[in-house]
Amino acid sequence: MTWHWSSLSVVLAALLLSPLLLGIIPRVKAWFAGRQGQPLFQVYYDLAKLLGKGAVYSTTTTWVFRLGPLLSLSTIAASLLLLPMLEFPATLQFSGDFLLFVYLFAMARFFAILTAMDTGSSFEGMGASREAIFATLTEPALFLSLATLLKHNGTMSLSEVFLSAAPLTGTTMILIAFVLLIVLLAENCRVPVDDPTTHLELTMIHEVMVLDNSGPDLAFITYTASLKLWITSNILAQLLVAPFPEHGALLRPLLAFTTMVLLAMLVGVIESTIARLRLIYVPKLLVGASMLALLGFTIAR
Amino acid sequence: MEIFLIALFVLAVGGATALACSFNARLASWMGAGSAVIGCTLGLIPAVRSLTTEPLTWHSAWPLPYCSFSLKIDALAGFFLIVILGLSLLGALYGGEYLYGYARQRKLGTPWLSFNFLIIGMALTVAADNGLLFLLAWEVMTLSSFLLVIFEHEQAEVRSAGLTYLIAAHIGVAFLILVFLLLSEHASGSMDFAYFLQIHDLQSKTAGIIFFFSIIGFGTKAGFMPFHVWLPDAHPAAPSHVSAIMSGVMIKTGIYGILRILTFLGPPPPWWGGLLVNVGVVSGVLGVWFALAQHDLKRLLAYHSVENIGIIAMGLGIGLLGISYHLPTIAVLGLAGGLLHVMNHAIFKGLLFLGAGAVLQATHTREMDHLGGVGKKMPLTSVVFLIGAVAICGLPPLNGFISEFFIYWASFLGTMQFADSRIIFALAIIVALALIGGLAVACFSKAFSIVFLGEPRNQEHQHIHDPGVAMTIAMVFLAAMCFLVSILVLYCGLPLLGQTIHIVSKLELQQIEYQLAAIVPPLKGLFLISSVVLLSTTFLMLWRKYLLNKRQVGKAVTWDCGYLAPNARMQYTSSSYAQPLVDLNCYILRTRKDVQKPDGYFPQTARFLSHTLDTAMQKLYRPMFEVIARLFNKLMWLQHGYLHIYMLYLVITLLSLFVFYLGIK
Repeated sequence: MTWHWSSLSVVLAALLLSPLLLGIIPRVKAWFAGRQGQPLFQVYYDLAKLLGKGAVYSTTTTWVFRLGPLLSLSTIAASLLLLPMLEFPATLQFSGDFLLFVYLFAMARFFAILTAMDTGSSFEGMGASREAIFATLTEPALFLSLATLLKHNGTMSLSEVFLSAAPLTGTTMILIAFVLLIVLLAENCRVPVDDPTTHLELTMIHEVMVLDNSGPDLAFITYTASLKLWITSNILAQLLVAPFPEHGALLRPLLAFTTMVLLAMLVGVIESTIARLRLIYVPKLLVGASMLALLGFTIAR
Repeated sequence: MEIFLIALFVLAVGGATALACSFNARLASWMGAGSAVIGCTLGLIPAVRSLTTEPLTWHSAWPLPYCSFSLKIDALAGFFLIVILGLSLLGALYGGEYLYGYARQRKLGTPWLSFNFLIIGMALTVAADNGLLFLLAWEVMTLSSFLLVIFEHEQAEVRSAGLTYLIAAHIGVAFLILVFLLLSEHASGSMDFAYFLQIHDLQSKTAGIIFFFSIIGFGTKAGFMPFHVWLPDAHPAAPSHVSAIMSGVMIKTGIYGILRILTFLGPPPPWWGGLLVNVGVVSGVLGVWFALAQHDLKRLLAYHSVENIGIIAMGLGIGLLGISYHLPTIAVLGLAGGLLHVMNHAIFKGLLFLGAGAVLQATHTREMDHLGGVGKKMPLTSVVFLIGAVAICGLPPLNGFISEFFIYWASFLGTMQFADSRIIFALAIIVALALIGGLAVACFSKAFSIVFLGEPRNQEHQHIHDPGVAMTIAMVFLAAMCFLVSILVLYCGLPLLGQTIHIVSKLELQQIEYQLAAIVPPLKGLFLISSVVLLSTTFLMLWRKYLLNKRQVGKAVTWDCGYLAPNARMQYTSSSYAQPLVDLNCYILRTRKDVQKPDGYFPQTARFLSHTLDTAMQKLYRPMFEVIARLFNKLMWLQHGYLHIYMLYLVITLLSLFVFYLGIK
């Protein structure tokens, strides 16, 4: 187990900048639709507004409803400590850290589902049920991608994956990058898996799960969502930037940040250009991603 | 060793006294539960001691042919004994209060006698050092648990569950008898394990047959798919503390049996590990999928036992592969993961069954779709059940995560170190564990939220409350153990697992110590991350409190989309929650749906029933047994009810045996 205190700066960057990343997507969508769109910092304004409000709790809910958003945010924030950024290894690095990393996500999801179910609403139940099925199918894809990366580098730690002398390149990298992109879209409930902007409770997943949350709790949930987007796009960005030759300690991390912005824009483009899949087709997409990851694993050296 | 015998004696006498005290329920409960608690506590002393010292032995002759009353508690036996006696102790404590709830309807003497003999049977099975003694103890365990399964025998489904269990158990035993006969043939006709250990000239084919038979025989008890059919029927039928013990520890004697047989068979060829991995993957994934489709709370938990047995098999399988390919790291991590999961599953599954029992006692129903909102009335039960749910999903920082971590680790190493196509086993485990992880989260978010959250679906459940002291102590203790196992592994991991792994893998102890030390950094990392989560949650909680202070905090009904008359039955049910995932696997699950859709402009009635039967039972065993029954029906002419002709049969049999005997002379 090793500490890398300098990497706390990366964690701090994530904590501060992640709402900005979430704000890029609607801006791109607005641009596509020919509108001016909301300010880039809109998510910060939203958070500030929500933190300044009171709250309404349903009489059906229990302590689970109050605890859920806090615990989800804490686990996702804690997973930042395990996330490397190319030249910056994770703040806390040990063998097998990637397992804890993935399971922290599962933990956050478990409590998000319980929070939704605690309201006793069938809408929220529906969202929770869909969240559970899509997460179940996303997890093998994520694990197979990680297995490919770890096998290629012969390491058991996330921090060493993108630092090795011979990073993953070529067809395998493209395959894994594609799988990770689908994982990113599914984990963050974006089109084509979920549509975060729809008005109809029946068709939503993540947004419907938080229908009954208000005030600071909703702020925490929004912030958790932005951190999740940051983390998933961060991994993909590192994979894409890793083949670039090392040049000082800062160039590649900065390049990765730029890639993350580009990825957020890509999500915006995807949301503007393709429609949400029908619910019954989403499992096919996710299982397909797992199959691609399996293919990537087979051809990786 | 004497302490162990005294413990067994206390259990036996206590059980008999409870039977004698049948007339007074309170006295019988005190006798049964009290003696079980004392007996288990006494038994734990030699079990713990055996982990670090030389094996404890006891030997005395017995007039039975091939049999001797030889007991030996080595580290492998000790490890399983700790798990068995530990959970039995808590089960007895819980049962003392739980069974007393039935005092008005039935006598409690027999259940307590069977309960104590179940513990004796399990303890002797693990401690036996002789094949025949092992089988006898196995039978004591089976029969006493059968008596407990048919506790509520006036219900037809309980009787049928008991019958299924009895038949399955004895088909299993048939294979076990073959295993021990084959072994004793190569051990100069002796049934003593000491002789089995000296077998050297075993051909790989014979060893393979023995291993395969023991997978079937022990797998039937352990609940490997497709030999698991008795499990989802029998576990819900038994009283809850017995379900906890059957599911938590009794099925583990099957795992113990496989490990014990492995020590006799010499170095394992790769296909053994591969077979175990296959069995594990099938049991694990399908077990949790079937669990997801259930709406009977205890049946759901029973299917989860199949899943967890699958995870254990995966761990042991990858460990065996590690031994076969001479990769000590994988061997040690895999076996450690499998063994640790044996203990962890006993803890959280015991906890969940006890929690389910508390709900059952309060509400008198196991049907999840009739429950709801129980958490408000039974806060303590809901907290411990949630802890158990988080643990069984393998979520950090609880114990389920630790053992799955070992198995994942071994498998990821396997993807790097196994030669060419053998990688497939490691990869299968990774995919299966990932899938199981997701499905378990779906399943337990469903079980917990449908039962404990939301609004009560049945208005009669207004006056339910948490159980009394004894039941609470047992549940809280197990919940605490879910947290403490990681600390136990960190500081006592080697004494707990080292010797046991040494016995199974025959690796050097130093080697094992070296490999196990690798787990320390991840565990410390886990602690650090958990404390970060804890701290930040506390901080957020205080911050929210500060923010909401002096602001308006309102109470309202749940957002109902403007519909004015929502009622509790409109909530998402367990069936509707699980439907997308269940339909995804409809080819195997074969859920039956009985739908009457609302029809016309003013629909009067509509209904929806879904039921997921066990596919192996419906498609494999039922047709098979129907054929057998048809064949036996052809022999009906032998049975006509004339006593004198039956006696003639006896005479003919005796005569022919006599002739046969003279013939071989």
